[in-house]
Amino acid sequence: MAQRYIGQSVKRTEDPRLVSGLAHYVDDIKLPDLHYVSFVRSIHGHAKIRRIDNSAASKMPGVVRIFTGEDCRNVGSVPTAGALENLKVPHHPVLALNKVRYVGEPVVAVVAQSLYQARDAADAVVVDYEPLAAVVDPIKAASPESKPIHDEFSDNIAYTWTLSGGDVKQAFKDADRIIKQRMEHQRLIPVAMEPRGVIARYFPGEKELTIWSSTQIPHLMRTQVAIMLGLPENRLRVVTPEVGGGFGSKLNVYGEEALLGHIAMQLGKPVKWIETRSENFAATIHGRGQVGDVEIAIKNDGQILGITYKIWADLGAYHQLLTPAIPTLTGLMLPGTYRIPAIRMDVTGVFTNKMATDAYRGAGRPEATHVIERAADLVAQELNMDPVEVRRKNFPAKKDFPYSTATGLSYDSGNYEASLKKALKLGEYKKWRREQEKGRKKGRYLGIGISTYVEICAMGPSPAMPAGGWESATVRIEPTGKVTVLTGASPHGQGQETSFAQIAAEMLGVDLDDVIVIHGDTAIVQYGIGTFGSRATAVGGTAVYRAVQQLIKKASVLAAHLLKLPKNQVAFRDGKFYSSSNPEKSLTLQEVALASHIAKNLPKNYEPGLSATYFFEPKNFTFPFGAHLCVVEADRETGSVKILKYAAVDDCGKVINPLLVEGQIHGGIVQSLGQAFMEEAVYDENGQLITGTLMDYAIPRAMDVPWLELDRTETPSPVNPLGVKGVGEAGTIGATPALVNAVVDALRPFGVKHIDMPLRPEKIWRLMQKEAQ
Amino acid sequence: MQISLSINGKRHQADVEPRLLLVHFLRENAQLTGTHIGCETSVCGACTVLLDGKAVKSCTLLAVQANNREVTTIEALAKDGKLHPIQQAFWEEHGLQCGYCTPGMIMTAHQLLQDNTQPTDEEIRRGIEGNLCRCTGYQHIVKAIRSAAAKMHAAPAAVKEDKQPETVAR
Amino acid sequence: MIPEAFEYFSPASTQEAISLSRRYGTDAKFLSGGHSLVPMMKLRLATPRQVIDLGGIQELAQISDQGEKIKIGALVTHRAIETSQTLKNRCALLPQTASEIGDVQVRNRGTIGGSIAHADPAADYPAALLALDVQIEIEGDSGRRQVPAVDFFLDLFTTALSPGELIVAIHVPALPRGAGSAYQKLRQQASGFAIAGAAAVVSKDEGGKCQKIAVALTGVGPKAFRLTRVEEALRGKSLTESNVTRACKDVAAGVDVQGDIHASTEYRTAMADVFARRAILAAAAG
Repeated sequence: MAQRYIGQSVKRTEDPRLVSGLAHYVDDIKLPDLHYVSFVRSIHGHAKIRRIDNSAASKMPGVVRIFTGEDCRNVGSVPTAGALENLKVPHHPVLALNKVRYVGEPVVAVVAQSLYQARDAADAVVVDYEPLAAVVDPIKAASPESKPIHDEFSDNIAYTWTLSGGDVKQAFKDADRIIKQRMEHQRLIPVAMEPRGVIARYFPGEKELTIWSSTQIPHLMRTQVAIMLGLPENRLRVVTPEVGGGFGSKLNVYGEEALLGHIAMQLGKPVKWIETRSENFAATIHGRGQVGDVEIAIKNDGQILGITYKIWADLGAYHQLLTPAIPTLTGLMLPGTYRIPAIRMDVTGVFTNKMATDAYRGAGRPEATHVIERAADLVAQELNMDPVEVRRKNFPAKKDFPYSTATGLSYDSGNYEASLKKALKLGEYKKWRREQEKGRKKGRYLGIGISTYVEICAMGPSPAMPAGGWESATVRIEPTGKVTVLTGASPHGQGQETSFAQIAAEMLGVDLDDVIVIHGDTAIVQYGIGTFGSRATAVGGTAVYRAVQQLIKKASVLAAHLLKLPKNQVAFRDGKFYSSSNPEKSLTLQEVALASHIAKNLPKNYEPGLSATYFFEPKNFTFPFGAHLCVVEADRETGSVKILKYAAVDDCGKVINPLLVEGQIHGGIVQSLGQAFMEEAVYDENGQLITGTLMDYAIPRAMDVPWLELDRTETPSPVNPLGVKGVGEAGTIGATPALVNAVVDALRPFGVKHIDMPLRPEKIWRLMQKEAQ
Repeated sequence: MQISLSINGKRHQADVEPRLLLVHFLRENAQLTGTHIGCETSVCGACTVLLDGKAVKSCTLLAVQANNREVTTIEALAKDGKLHPIQQAFWEEHGLQCGYCTPGMIMTAHQLLQDNTQPTDEEIRRGIEGNLCRCTGYQHIVKAIRSAAAKMHAAPAAVKEDKQPETVAR
Repeated sequence: MIPEAFEYFSPASTQEAISLSRRYGTDAKFLSGGHSLVPMMKLRLATPRQVIDLGGIQELAQISDQGEKIKIGALVTHRAIETSQTLKNRCALLPQTASEIGDVQVRNRGTIGGSIAHADPAADYPAALLALDVQIEIEGDSGRRQVPAVDFFLDLFTTALSPGELIVAIHVPALPRGAGSAYQKLRQQASGFAIAGAAAVVSKDEGGKCQKIAVALTGVGPKAFRLTRVEEALRGKSLTESNVTRACKDVAAGVDVQGDIHASTEYRTAMADVFARRAILAAAAG
């Protein structure tokens, strides 16, 4: 009996190298004659560049060349994939030309023989700026009084976008009450522990440019950088070594990636740039950054008839890859877990003198979930109902799935009541309500927060994606029977080297150790899309599954031939091809693989070798869901909030590796906790980034995090044969509203209905200064 | 300036600029790239190594400050191809995802378990407050350190057991 | 991430260090643990031309019990203070305060002398040193002198140290038997520095009334300061919650309270009251 792997908590195969310090991240790669790049970046939020004086810098020891925007005019614009109607797309140079538009914008690149020399010379470059007024507030920036940031446009409105479904007017006419609330989703800084890094090397003889980059999307990056550099795509090789976290911040094509390639080709020398943490804060994409007004039309029994949400999206100064698209995901997911017949979302995307916002873990969906889950609590508070009852009242039933939303989506499968019920039990809801009641009498302010969420994952069918929504896999059985899986997904911490091996090993009946999963090298792996949008397992894992199926089908033909049986009498189980009538008669997978490669005895028209490639195109997204419950206590004296209990029930469909799923949920919840309580990218009115280091921008530490109690329900997805849905962003999407709802609930005696994140102690303290009711 | 220090039991001598950071000496001169750089403000702890047996942030030390001292990095923990119990526990408990913070986290855990052989969860969380992880949410790290403590505290024979991770799904 | 180049000196004695400092003047900086200076150099907020590393001066790295006082060398690390059995027995406030600084790696390197010479207004030690009435021993050209803590911290990043002078030791009076002490702080979430940090030392008489009391605050103003009004109000009283709360009203009155993105002036002022009270009550309980 071969081992079963799918569904097991298998230890990760990538870990031994990682725990031993033997893995290779970009900065760990050394090349002969490697040169180093250091950037001079804008110190102004908005300024004209009058003059750049490199004279002193170019004479400094070790300096090889200094590049300015003028030296890179033939490098194309940093690309954006937002395919929105009437989108204003400003030219986005790899090094600033004439003007700088955000603090951290690269202005000059200094190349030197050592890192220290490059840094010294960058300091010696003198840039003469003429500061201009900066616009940092998106609502102000959108007003006609604000001067446009980009000279080629008449205003700062990059686009407007509306999504409308159902009869919104009627819903608001039929409503017993209408609740209005402004909500803000503050800008966040992703802070992957490994900053970005790029190495570029050009071989003029082979005409081959190789770029090593810490990216989530090696293939898409190759295509885009080849276009930017005017290179044939097949002359560019992108290698993604170990990636130290991405969270969406590396789901992008950055100017530095193309620029390093340009420099390597210009100098004929390999060059390296490793982002400093300060650069990472200022010049790697930010997340969220939405402010908007929500209106909820309800009946007095708690039924939600309609929702409108009108937002300003703070895009930053330029579009990065997906900048304009992020708020559209918010629109799609506004209904959340509820039957809401009428929905309208209006987005005004606004240029501001800041770093671009883009996909940060959750990417538009945490905003949607936060809005609708805060709205559910506002409804409960307005009607004096239990927030649990408001949710139950509006859930679609299990039998309603696949469920069509007013925003045009079809939720694949779900059972929201089941996960809520389990979460209430795990979180001891009733007990904590009693504790809350008792506490309030004694001046203790406990709050209970609930969030039921659904997310759109497994990005996604190609029609809905800017650059293809499929994923690819090649599975090869080598002549010795070892299995090689090449995946187009490019994992960076999620553990797909293990989970994809689990899929292949189980299907092929081989040992897990006999399977290797290769990813992240465009010269080795067939084209792929990448790891983001909780897609790797549902789309990439399915590609592996399909490729293995094809491979078995092919090998069965050869096995039948070798066993001298008709094809329909050969079965495959536990790594062996059997005669279905006489199981004694069998061949191992390895024997068939060897025969297929030495090719001495093949059936007619049989192609030698044993590999299969599959590009899996999903028919729909998947819609994981769950319910989180959180209990907090707010200290009236200091405004500090303590989390007393956190329970999460998540449903990501079928599970390949429960240990990895648990890890994803933990990490997601804690990033959410960071957003809820600590994190905020703060720019001052001149566009200076005030939270520019980890001394001023707090991310959660171990001490800030409570014990997380997890459980799952399992509702398979019909979208793929594995039944998996994806889990990478669930925690981040589901947790924020549970945390915030809990704090608002704790502060209810103070008449509080809504608080914008981050819920820092001072904010809470202020709200608790009045007399409690 | 001429310096001489022991790294993982091996003597390294070099003529370095006084401003060279210890982490760069380890990564560039000694070619030990397991020690990572995650910030520049002594907050993240990715660069944690042991200096004379004590956990320090090697990005906040000049290499010259380590002159005539002993440095231990992540590369020295596994012996004879066998992972150190802390490394083993991080593996078993899924105490890492992207792995970038892991070497520093393990080196800090190393000091923690030297000072306190059986720490409570609270003491573990306190002990690793100088190490940031953005992937795991820390829970599996806490479990890993707890489990390493139990293994290291138990008879050496128990350390050899290749325990399967507990199944976490219900 | 990379400091500017500098000349490096590693003197073997304080005299040698002082003469180097005199030679190079304000271009030179003393380096002890380096956990205030090196991060600033990496961000190029500090660009000394000469760095005088005190790390080799062994005599500065000792804690010695001298009977009524405990002498803590300037190079003693926060971690050594945190774990010192002598200090735990004779002056528990300092180990407790030290344990609140940064994280274990920082405490393994950061030194008490370096920290107080830097005089960050949000550092933890100054409150404890003021509450303990320590003497800070300073060496310069003309020999050694002792400065009481209250005269040492002058302003934001400003101390009684003259150019060329360095701290050699802190002389800490042992707490009398039965005295209680506590350090309580509200942490800035990112840096861990004190938004408000209060240190309190109290002794009670046989009737349980407050006999001696010393309270000091850090993080609130440009420098740490003693709460003399609070002390006066509580001396001779029972340290009940209501008495202490009454005494800890507007403790930062008259202080130039700093506001920033982490805590406004108003909030910091309010937290000064809260943490002063908490420290006194904890000290009274302990």
